[in-house]
Order: sequence, then C-alpha cells, then structure tokens
Amino acid sequence: MPFNPHTAEDVREMLAAIGAADIESLFDEIPSGLRSGTLASVPQALSEMEIGRLMSERAATDAPRLNFVGAGAYEHHIPAAVWAIVTRGEFYSAYTPYQAEASQGTLQLIYEFQSMMTSLTGMAASNASLYDGATALAEACLMAVRANRKSQSRRILIPVAANPRYRQVVNVICGNQKVVTELVPYDPATGQTTVAGLDQYAGEDITALVIQQPNFFGTLEAVDALTDKAHAAGMLVIAVVNPTSLAILKPPGEWGERGADIVCGEGQPLGVPLSSGGPYFGFMTTRMDYVRQMPGRIVGRTIDLEGKPGYSLTLQAREQHIRRSKATSNICTNQGLLVTAATIYLSLLGPRGLAQVAGTCMQRTAELVEALTAIPGVDLLFDGPRYNEAVLRLDRPVQGVLEVLAGQGVIGGYDLSRFYPSLGNALLVCATETRSKADIDNYSRAMANVLKSAASA
Amino acid sequence: MREKTIFEHSSPGRSAMAQYPQGSIDVAIPAALRRRTAPALPEVSELQVVRHFTRLSQLNFSIDTHFYPLGSCTMKYNPKACNQYAMLPEFLGRHPLAADSTGQGLLQCLYELQEMLKDVTGMHGVSLTPMAGAQGEFAGVAMIQAYHKARGDFGRREIIVPDAAHGTNPATATMCGCTIREIVSRPDGDIDIDGLRAAVGPQTAGIMLTNPSTLGVFERRIVEVAQIVHEAGGLLYYDGANLNAILGKVRPGDMGFDVIHMNLHKTFSTPHGGGGPGSGAVGVSKRLLPYLPIPVVGIDGDRYRWMDEKDLPESIGRLSAFMGNTGVLLRAYVYMRMLGRDGMQRVSEFATLNANYLMHRLRDAGFELAYPERRAGHEFIVTLRKEARDHGTGAMDFAKRLLDFGFHAPTTYFPLLVPECLLIEPTETESKQELDAFVEAMIAVRNEAKSDPEKLKGAPYTLPVRRLDDVRAARQLDLAWKAT
Amino acid sequence: MSNVPADLRYLKSHEWARLENDGTVTVGISDHAQQALGDLVFVEVPEEGAGVTAGEACAVVESVKAASDVYSPLSGEVVASNSELGGQPELINQDPYGAGWIMRIRPTDKAQFSAMLDAAAYEAALAAETH
Repeated sequence: MPFNPHTAEDVREMLAAIGAADIESLFDEIPSGLRSGTLASVPQALSEMEIGRLMSERAATDAPRLNFVGAGAYEHHIPAAVWAIVTRGEFYSAYTPYQAEASQGTLQLIYEFQSMMTSLTGMAASNASLYDGATALAEACLMAVRANRKSQSRRILIPVAANPRYRQVVNVICGNQKVVTELVPYDPATGQTTVAGLDQYAGEDITALVIQQPNFFGTLEAVDALTDKAHAAGMLVIAVVNPTSLAILKPPGEWGERGADIVCGEGQPLGVPLSSGGPYFGFMTTRMDYVRQMPGRIVGRTIDLEGKPGYSLTLQAREQHIRRSKATSNICTNQGLLVTAATIYLSLLGPRGLAQVAGTCMQRTAELVEALTAIPGVDLLFDGPRYNEAVLRLDRPVQGVLEVLAGQGVIGGYDLSRFYPSLGNALLVCATETRSKADIDNYSRAMANVLKSAASA
Repeated sequence: MREKTIFEHSSPGRSAMAQYPQGSIDVAIPAALRRRTAPALPEVSELQVVRHFTRLSQLNFSIDTHFYPLGSCTMKYNPKACNQYAMLPEFLGRHPLAADSTGQGLLQCLYELQEMLKDVTGMHGVSLTPMAGAQGEFAGVAMIQAYHKARGDFGRREIIVPDAAHGTNPATATMCGCTIREIVSRPDGDIDIDGLRAAVGPQTAGIMLTNPSTLGVFERRIVEVAQIVHEAGGLLYYDGANLNAILGKVRPGDMGFDVIHMNLHKTFSTPHGGGGPGSGAVGVSKRLLPYLPIPVVGIDGDRYRWMDEKDLPESIGRLSAFMGNTGVLLRAYVYMRMLGRDGMQRVSEFATLNANYLMHRLRDAGFELAYPERRAGHEFIVTLRKEARDHGTGAMDFAKRLLDFGFHAPTTYFPLLVPECLLIEPTETESKQELDAFVEAMIAVRNEAKSDPEKLKGAPYTLPVRRLDDVRAARQLDLAWKAT
Repeated sequence: MSNVPADLRYLKSHEWARLENDGTVTVGISDHAQQALGDLVFVEVPEEGAGVTAGEACAVVESVKAASDVYSPLSGEVVASNSELGGQPELINQDPYGAGWIMRIRPTDKAQFSAMLDAAAYEAALAAETH
C-alpha cells in the first residue's frame, strides 16, 4: 500500500477505539450480495521505479515532431519559472479557496489574473476560469440568453469561419436549453465573415452574434462593422479571442461603438503546454452590468476585521452550491492550476514581451507562407490580414501529404477538408515564435519533396 | 504580512528580457484593428515574479502542508510521481491534433485507464473526456435523455434528486432541460422508499444518487431503489464523489447504476490545484454505450486510436475542443498503476478505518454526530447545534478557529439538511497521529467556545488576514486592480 | 422572533403586501425572510411597466449565502420599483416593511389580495416551520 501510513499497531489501536473486530466489519452495512470480487483488469502494483520506467518507455514511442499546427492550441515558449512555481505543493495541492483566510495565495493570484484578463480584453470583470475555450463559448451563449432581456428567441449566430469544434460543443451543451445556433457565411475570397451575411436575419429576433478574432482560418475579421451591425439589430456580441494576439490587436471592449458584451476564449497560449489536448482553461470577461450573469468563480477584494485588504470568493449566490437548480451554471471545479500558470506567464512577459511574442508569430507565419507558396502545387487562400495562421491549397489531398510529412518528423498543419469541403485540398498552417528560420526551411524542403512526385490523377 | 499585488511591484520599462524575442518586428496590422494602449500587465523582473508568487504560495494551506479533512473533496496525498511522469516532455509537448500514429504511448496509457476504470466501477464503457465532475454529470444526464429519446419516449423530463444532494446535481438537471423532483432523506440517512415510489412515473427520466450519500452513510436499500426506478422506466445516475468509500469493495454497476461519473481529482488523487483542473470520466452500462461522449480511445489489433463521430454516431457529442484534461488522466493512470489491484481495495479500507476512528474519538469526546447509529463511510457529519445554542458559536466560528490550530477546516454547512454541521473526511493517507492531533484541536476549540465564545467569533488570529468581510465583498465589488 | 405587522397580508413564501389608498399594492419580504437571508448584497427589482403573474417569481434578493426568488402575490402591472435598493440593499434588512419595499403593483384582480394570509395565519405558518 504505497501511500498509507498505517502500521499493524495503529490498526489494532484504532479498531479497539471503534470497538470493531476487524476492518471488514466496518463494511457491514453494505449488503453482502453487492461485495465485489477481485479487479481482474487492474494489474498488481508497480513501484515508483517501475512505473517511471514504463512511462519513459511509452513516452519514447511518442517522439516529438516539428509542429506547424495550431487550430485552437498553440505552441509557445513557456519560461522555466512558470511550472517551477505552479508545481509548488502550496499551489498544486491546495483546494478551492472556500476558507478564504487560509487561501490568500490562491485568491490573490486569481484577483491578479482577473485584473490582467480584464485589461487584456478591454472589459470590466473576469471570472476565475472555465474548462476550455469551447465550453467558455457555450457558457457565454447561455449567459447571453440570460442577459439579453429583450430577446426571446435563444438564436445565436456563429460564423462558419469560427472554430467548428467550438460550434459542435455549443450545440451539445446548449441544445437542451433550447438554444439554436445559426450560421453566418464568409467571403470565399478573403476568408472574412461578411457584414452582408447578417442581412438574411434582418428584422428577426436574434439573441447574440459570435465573432471570433482571428477566426479559425487565422484571418482578421471586420470586428467594428460586425459589432455595430449586431448591436443595431438588438443582438449581444460575444467575442472569442486569442489572448496572445490581444497584445497587439484591438481588444473586444473597444470593438465598434459600444464594445463587445461578453468575451471568451482559450487561455492555453498563456503558459500552458500543449499536453496532448489538456488541461487548458477557458477565460471569460464581461461588462459590469452583466457580472451577476457570469458563470464560474469570481474573486473580490475586501477588508478583514482589522481593515486590512484581503481576498475572497464573491457573488457565490449565483453558483451551484447555493442557487442549485437556478444556478448560472453547474460548474464547480474549474482549471485553477492553469490560471496560476497563466498569471505567472503574463507577469514574466509583461506588455512588451507579449507584444513581441504576438508580433513574432505573425512574422514567422508570413515567412512560412512565403516559403511554402514558393513550391509548385502550393497556393495561398485568403490574401487578407491574418494573425498566426494561414490557409494553403495543395494540388492533392491534404491527408496523404500530412502522413508523409509526419514520417519525416513534421506535423504540417490541419486538414480543413473535413469541415470545409468547399475549400478543396485546404491546409491550415501555423508558425509561432518557437519556429526558427531553420525549422521553416526544414518544413519547406520536406514539402517540396512530397510534392515533387506528380499528384495522382 | 500582506503581499502587495504584482502590479504594485511594477516599474515602467522593466521586463524579463530572457523570456521573449528581442528586436523590432515589422507586421502589417490594419490601423482599425491595431491595439492603441498597451494592456495593463506587470512590468517586473524575473526575480520579482518568482519572489512574489513564491510568497503567495506560502499564504496557502494545502495537502502538502496541512491536514485537510474537507468532506466530499477527498483531499488525499497527491503523489509527486504522478506529476513527474505525466509531465514527461513527449507527453507535454504533443499537439492534440497530431496523428494517432505519433501518440501510441499516450493512447495506450489512456486505453488502459479506461479499462481499469471500467473494472473498478463495474461498467461496460468509459469516456475520459468530461473535464470535471459537473461536466461528467452533464454527460450522464444527457446520455439518459438520449436513451429515452431514441426509444421515442419524449415525456420523461423529470430527474429525482434527494434533498441532501450536492448543488451540482439540480444545476446539471436544469442545464439539460429537465426539472427536479426532490425526495426526502429519513432521519437515519437512507432515502424514503415510499416517497420514491410515489415520485416515479412515466415522467421520470432518472434519479441522481451518491452512495455513500452526502450524509456519509451507505444507502442500504440501494438494490430496491434501483428496481423501483428501473420498473418505472427511469435510469440511475451515480455521482461518484464518494467513490473513495467503496473503491474495490462495491461497484456502482453491481448496484444497478446505468451511468456514473468519477472525480479523478478526488478518488484518483489528481491535484486540486487551487480549484482544478479535475476530470469527470463517465462509465456506462451496456444500454448507454452508444451515447458516450467522444472521443473515446479504441484499439484496432495492436494500434490505438481516437474513436469519434464515425465510430459512435449516436454519441451525445463532444464536450471540449479536444479530448479533455489529458494531463490529469495521465496522473490518474500513474496513480492507479502504483496502487495496483490490492492497493485499490486498501484505499476504501483505510479511508473507512480512518473515518470511523475519527468519528468514535470525537463522539467519545462529547461531540454530537448527525447519524450516531450508522457506520461512517469515508466521511461523517458532526453537528455543532448544541454548541450554537449554548454558546452562540456556529460551525463557521469553529472552522475559523481550527485554522489557527494548523488544520484546514472540514466542509461546513453541507449537506444543507444538518444544522451547523461539519462534514469530515480524513482520507486514507493520514496517520493515526494526525487524526489524534485533530481531535485534540477540536476539543480545545470547544473548550474555548464554552469559556470564551467571543474568541471563536473573532477567529482566525494567526493567518495572513483576519476574518474577511464577505458582505462588503459582494456589495462593493472590487474584482480587478485599478492603478490609482 | 420576527416582526409581523397586523395590518399587512402575507404569502407562505414570506412576501408581504399592503393595499394602498389608490388601489395599488406594495410588496416586500418579511422580517423573518430578511433575518434568514442575512445581510443582503443585491436586489434585482422588476422593471416598471412589466406585467406580473400571481405565484410567479418577479424579483431576486441575494445575500452572501443565498439568492432567493421573490414571488408576486398578485397579477397585474408593476407601477413602481424601489430604485434605492440598487445602492442600498441593506434597506430590506433595516426596514423590511417600510424603506425596504420592493415593488408596487396595480392588480387586475383585487380578490387575490384578500386571498393572502392575514398576520395571524402567517405567524402560525412561521411557528409550524420552525418545528
């Protein structure tokens, strides 16, 4: 028993204090017919040395490859200090800060996180995280339904050019509450969601418009025009944003005349490793008017008995443990450790560092596009302003190309044909500040090699 | 000693230069889309960051530093090995959209985790994707609804929930478009069976139960409960928050449950992280297999792969953009491999031994138990209503004073049914010495309640802050730092 | 022990109502309710001009430990809401039957007012609740 401290003597004394003959008798309230036998699928215990070896062997088969894919998760340099501090036991093994006086470390950190996120997004209030970007959008849609008193329809417009997985998750999570998502088309020449695309809904009751910036293609949207048009039609605006990009892009709080109403997105780019898909974290910020409609935990600054400043969870009456069936959401545990990483990351990068990272990503992606489009058989789609991703069209199906590239140690990008068949052999590529010029050269050499053979008829 | 905020350490122009690309960058952003004022992020050196956040960490209670008997949270030791091996660089640096062929080691770990979880719960299928218990609950209720809809049974919109249930249960039912029907718990802690019989009918989608319940006791007539609900056409959902009490002894599948969520951050010791990340893996019986949330790890011959919409066309769908909290899942995998078959059974044995020992010692010291006739599962409830009546001190005051004695307080005021309650869960990784010290502290606090109740009301005294004004926190919202 | 003014009417769910001279009805929550909730931190009042239905939730009172629905005792139109509660939710704690009023309704059916509990019946309901 690896983690139990009990000696035989301990057990004897404890049973005596209880007045029980043996440990088994402590289970005497459980009907004997329910008692299970041995666990056939669970192997016998491994020592730490043995499991360490096993995990190393398994990891060795997953050798890393040069990564040129984004599509919702982005590889950035994470300073060594971030996870050295995050994995301190006082952060790692602490719980939700319900006893505020014993959790001032976590609470102050979350307050600082909230402060950074409100500034980054240009809004007034932030929560302490949701599970990921997709579920944050789902929660934002439910919040928009609550907050938009003038609308009854529960119809939410989502651009076709927004992350298709996010759309799927919104439908799964919001579908049972009669929320209906409808699509807004994009201009196939520019990759941008068109303001005219909203015309088909003119005069109808629509609860909210989702605007993703940059959109799934990496293209920058006309956020001001879209925001103003949505507001004029009585819709709330939900912004889905890449947090790194906000160092150099206009924040949603400044979109159009009035700014976005709810902002959300995937926080993974901020100090969280790719980790095979998770854990990441979703962030959400909003106007002060809507703060009581915002799901998730919120930390507030207050004073203690001696008038000194301190931090505690606030507005808890909205949450599941108090409001129960009328709660804003059922969320309880969120993604606290990742928020810790993000807060430390943002503190280390600062405004200048984050802007340098964002700018470098744009630059590297531009260099990647230039290198790859120089190869016959590779064309650029959507020649408009973009952030850190671009869509290329190949002269043959993307899937086969990606397989060959993977064999040569390169993850070439994301195959868009599944969600966007009208784009043909479309590949979404990404280059962050972690990709050097040599990396880009390696990729383009590998791609040139693959495409040298004639495309199959 | 208060810590300033990181913003108060800032100096314009200061930065941690080693951490970002230097040099000028030439990028073309249209003027209308360009950010005009820099975001208000800290401008500090790397040492300032390290010092600030290290000192913040030192203001926390944590399992690594304090006994943390938070009922229903299972605050057991988080083994360091789990963290170390989950964070091997090959797992950590892998993009979720990389091809399955490049992640066979990872996928094998996750597949084996699915198999082990199936075994310990007695279920036929497992999905690892829900990212917390609450998401697992959502998935479970959504699967129940999908099942009824697939059979053309559209009238089943009611979920039965005991009045002692955790708040996520009714909140989840609402999120799934269902209504709640509460049934009462009897004074001995079991569900009122007659009340249940009266509550079920053609409108019943299912029942959400925890066993042992939130009252800390085993639902002795669970087989009957299952029969009643199934006969009425409803399904049974098991809230796995209290799985630690029965791990390796009883399997929810054998009790008749159709779907269960597990809290990997409780029972399987993945870290609580100051509020997550968790994992709410779900297990299902045969009839709910088609509806499992995707993706699920499958195996073709000797190759592992993610199964998606094509393999599970009736799935309730995806709950996240990728595949859930993979890093958390790896930690749970390492933990289960280190416990092994026998170790898994020892967990519930020692968790139950510790809880019953602590319960008896506190009872012998004169504390009132909520359910004195029952065995404790892995947790039990003490009610301080006598002390509240005699000295005017509530459970909150006790909790705050316990902090001064170096113990994190137990859960207070949950379950709502028991007045002035403390829900105490020691877990199996605590020693007898730690439990004895906790008993001494409880006795000392109660003596203070008798002799000097104002002392409790003013607690804590020795922490970084005194008791905080949470009314003010809610009335005068200060949710973000503003430079003055 | 809570204050139950004899001249008001009540619902079991702890709302009180007062029939004014002009036929409108002022509504709030009782002393018992404000004690149970504790210090109020926020009150969501209905919009002036909104229609309300007897027995349906029309306002929310929020303390640190609970957020409770306020049910309208009558059907009708909201002619006034207490805007002071925005900045001073504690008015309900301090003076639940006076300055802590929540809304005034012009009822469509006066009989609904008479159907409410009188002070004695409400006190009896309170006594039953605490046992």
